[in-house]
Amino acid sequence: MNLEERGVASGDTQVLKKRAANWLQRADSAQWNEQDQAALEAWLSEAPANRVAYWRVKSAWERARRLRVLQSAEIEVGAPTQRRRRMPIWTSVTAIAIALLGVGASLLFSGPREQIFTTGIGEHRIVTLAEGTAIELNTDTVLRAKIGTEKREITLDKGEAYFSVAHDAKRPFVVVTGSGRVTDLGTKFFVRRDAASFEVGLLEGRARYDAANRANNGSFLLEPGDVIEDNGRSIGFAKKPTSTLADELGWRRGVLVFDRTTLADAAAEFNRYNATKIVIVDPSIANTTIGGTFEAGRINVFAQLVHNLLGLNVVPRGDKIVISR
Amino acid sequence: MPDTTETGIDGRQDHGVGPADAALEAWFMREVWPLEAILMQYLRQNWRDRSAAEDLLHDVYVRVYEAARTRLPDHPKAFIFTTARNLLISRVRQRNVVPIEAAVDFEAIGLAIDTPGPEQITIARDELRRLEAAINRLPPQCRKVVMMRRIEGLSRPEIALRLGIAESTVSSYLENGMSVLADVLYGSHEPGVSTP
Repeated sequence: MNLEERGVASGDTQVLKKRAANWLQRADSAQWNEQDQAALEAWLSEAPANRVAYWRVKSAWERARRLRVLQSAEIEVGAPTQRRRRMPIWTSVTAIAIALLGVGASLLFSGPREQIFTTGIGEHRIVTLAEGTAIELNTDTVLRAKIGTEKREITLDKGEAYFSVAHDAKRPFVVVTGSGRVTDLGTKFFVRRDAASFEVGLLEGRARYDAANRANNGSFLLEPGDVIEDNGRSIGFAKKPTSTLADELGWRRGVLVFDRTTLADAAAEFNRYNATKIVIVDPSIANTTIGGTFEAGRINVFAQLVHNLLGLNVVPRGDKIVISR
Repeated sequence: MPDTTETGIDGRQDHGVGPADAALEAWFMREVWPLEAILMQYLRQNWRDRSAAEDLLHDVYVRVYEAARTRLPDHPKAFIFTTARNLLISRVRQRNVVPIEAAVDFEAIGLAIDTPGPEQITIARDELRRLEAAINRLPPQCRKVVMMRRIEGLSRPEIALRLGIAESTVSSYLENGMSVLADVLYGSHEPGVSTP
């Protein structure tokens, strides 16, 4: 059977491409319903040429999601343009006001009152805000919340938190980290901040991540399974199964889940939760991979397992546990 | 709020064996579309009537689809280029003309070995550059609409409101944007040919 017999008429490719884009455009709209979907499927089944053209344009559209907004592209929408904040002035004004007037100063400014939530090493805390959002703080975390009538802003100073946001389109929920911000669009997500970088992962719903670091100044629309890592210089984007993300959130039930994790990474994880720190003195064993589920707070049990299973030397020394070959 | 529909065509036809449509679609996205630029170059080099290249390209896709539906090829690149060559040969026969140069020189286009290498990394980096180029190639208003929809995740009514245009206009900008994005991103776009 040759191509002409299949009905791929020469010269029609342009027309076909247009038609495929038209289907995709309609399928992307909110009005799209089951009948439309059935009509689309009928059209796709009509000829392989239709299906191929549709897949092609659709895949490009999916890839486009990864594009960061270019600095040069001047779009005047929403949050990105409001990124510049005058924090230094604000804080100095606040400091002076407090110095002059003491406790009563809070009445002077109209902005919402800031609440601070913290956890120590190994602690786990769940906070429910008055408007319904639940925030779970992981170990060693400092988080500030300003809940106003027009917006809700959380600043994560350090550590990690899991947000289950009560969506309110009129009052955006924004999490600010060092050089970026996450805006909830009806969402469950986590944000983790280390000394040098931070990570945002989305479990449900949608959120937008706005970067404001030196190299990138753009927005990403996050969908479930999306993980962004931003170290202030560059931004990494990964897609993970949501089950993997759920493992990364094992701390919510007090456990650490490792899957082909290097010993060095596992030790670093345990060290976040424990005053006693694991030190691996032998670089040759740092890349040994391990897996399993462990109680986050029981670093000694983990050390014992490392000794038993991997046959490594594990020696407690003051507030350290030293692992060597 | 209307969602960013990941237009799920899950029109799963049961062919007994062979990959499901979703898997086949993912395979195309991973293996086939990134080759479009180089495949187009090959077709243009080996077919006298250069204006027919776009149709030939699409015919190659159809042939690849029909074969891959039965079974995914082990060596996608080699398979796709062999398909292209066979298509050219059969066209030559139909027209009773003598082929000028219808052999695929795999060595020349660096496809002899079908293993992932540094070039795939280049492709990824290249893709971002291409995406940027594609976006910038859109007319200003169309570009705004595409970015608001795809990057900002705004709904059509929201976009219409912000830009002060009709929702139907938003839709036609999106349609045009989607079409041009695919062409520029996958590289079948002839350099110098401008878009409306």
